[in-house]
Amino acid sequence: MANTDAIVGWKTITFGCHVMEPGNSVNFRTGDWRSQRPVLDKEKCIKCGMCWIFCPDMAYTQTEEGYFEADMEYCKGCGICAHECPKDAIEMVTEEG
Amino acid sequence: MIPEFEKFKGFKAKSIPKDEPLASGHRACQGCGEVLALRMVMKALGRDVIVCSATGCMEIISSPYPHTAWRVPWIHIAFENAAAVASGVESARKVLKRKGKIPKRHVDIMAVGGDGATGDIGLQWISGAFERGHDFLYVCLDNEAYMNTGVQRSGCTPYGAMTTTSPPGKKSFGQVTWKKNIPAIAVAHNIPYVATASPAYFLDLMNKVKKAALVKGPAYVHIYSPCPTGWGSAGERSIEFAKLAVETRVFPLYEVIEGRYIMSRKITKPKPVTEYLKGQKRFRHLDEGHIDYIQKRVDVEYEKLLRLAELT
Repeated sequence: MANTDAIVGWKTITFGCHVMEPGNSVNFRTGDWRSQRPVLDKEKCIKCGMCWIFCPDMAYTQTEEGYFEADMEYCKGCGICAHECPKDAIEMVTEEG
Repeated sequence: MIPEFEKFKGFKAKSIPKDEPLASGHRACQGCGEVLALRMVMKALGRDVIVCSATGCMEIISSPYPHTAWRVPWIHIAFENAAAVASGVESARKVLKRKGKIPKRHVDIMAVGGDGATGDIGLQWISGAFERGHDFLYVCLDNEAYMNTGVQRSGCTPYGAMTTTSPPGKKSFGQVTWKKNIPAIAVAHNIPYVATASPAYFLDLMNKVKKAALVKGPAYVHIYSPCPTGWGSAGERSIEFAKLAVETRVFPLYEVIEGRYIMSRKITKPKPVTEYLKGQKRFRHLDEGHIDYIQKRVDVEYEKLLRLAELT
C-alpha cells in the first residue's frame, strides 16, 4: 500500500524545492497506519454528517444514498467518528492480517 | 459595527462547503485535533486564500517534500516571521494591483502558526503586523506546547501540565506559570477582530474565521487544538476534550469586535475542571491543592471575561 515516490534523488529535485502539483499528498496512502477501522451500521445512521465534519483525515465522503463512508486508503483509524457519532452507529473493528 | 459583517449570514450545518482545500494523505498523528481545526479553517476560507505557514506541526505534516496537502498557494517560513511574510504578501499584492500586473480581486491572506510560533517566538512580528494594520488574518492553532519537536513547554502550556522540559517530580509539579493570554495581547493592539474558537463547535469556528477574513485590517483567531500525542490522551477523545475545555470554562469562547467583548457561549453551569484534567496524562500527577488552585483561577479568569463583556 505504501508508495515509494517520496524518495527523490538530487537530480530530480525541482528548482527551489517547489512542489508543482497542488494537493499531491493524496498519492500517499495513510490507510496503512490503521489498526482499527470504522464500520457503519446503516440502520442506526441518521446521515447527520458528524463523522464527516470531525474526520481529521478528510476520509469521509457522502455517497449518493446520503450515507457517509470512510475511504480506507486514508483513514488512520483514530476513532473520532465512532466516539462523536450521536447514534453510536459507527463501531471500531480491529484490523486483522 | 463592522459593515462587512452585515452581508455575512453565517454557515449553516447544511451549507458547510464540501470542497477540501487541504487534501488527504497528510502525516498528522491519529486523532489530531490541530489538523482538524485547520481543515475547518480552510473550509471556511475556500480556495481564494494565500497561506503563510510558520514552522510547526501543521507545516511538517502537510508538506513533506515532494508532497503537499495544500491546494491553495502556500509558503513555509521560519518559526518567527509568519506575520511578517503575510504582511509582505499583502503589500506586494497592493503594489502589483496598482501597477496593473495582477487582476484586481480580493484574496484573503492568512498567516498560521502554532502556539510556540505565536506566543513565544513570533510575538514581536505579530505585534508589528497588527500595529501596521495589514489586511490579513492570523490563526493560532494552540496545542499548548511545542509538539512537533517533542513536547517542550511553551508560553501557552497550562499550569501544572507535564512536558519534557517541565517534568513533575519530588520538587516540581510540571509547568509553574499560568497560560499566556495571547487573545488579550491581540486585543491590546486595538485590532478590529479577535476571537477564540474550538473545533468541537465547528460552525462557531468557521463563522469566526470567515468574519476574520471579511474584516478589513488585521484579525486574530485563537483556536484550541487537542493533541493526543503530547497530552497523553486517547486519539478518539480529541473532540471530547475540546468540548470539555469549553464546558469547564478552561477555554472560554468569545469574540472581540472593535474592542467589544461578546461571549459566544455562556457557560452558566460549568463542569468541575477535574473532568477535563482526568484522562490526560500531562495532568495525572496533580494533587488536590493544585487542582483547587486551577479551579479557582479558571473561575476568576472567566469572571473577568464576563465583566469585560458587561462593561464594553
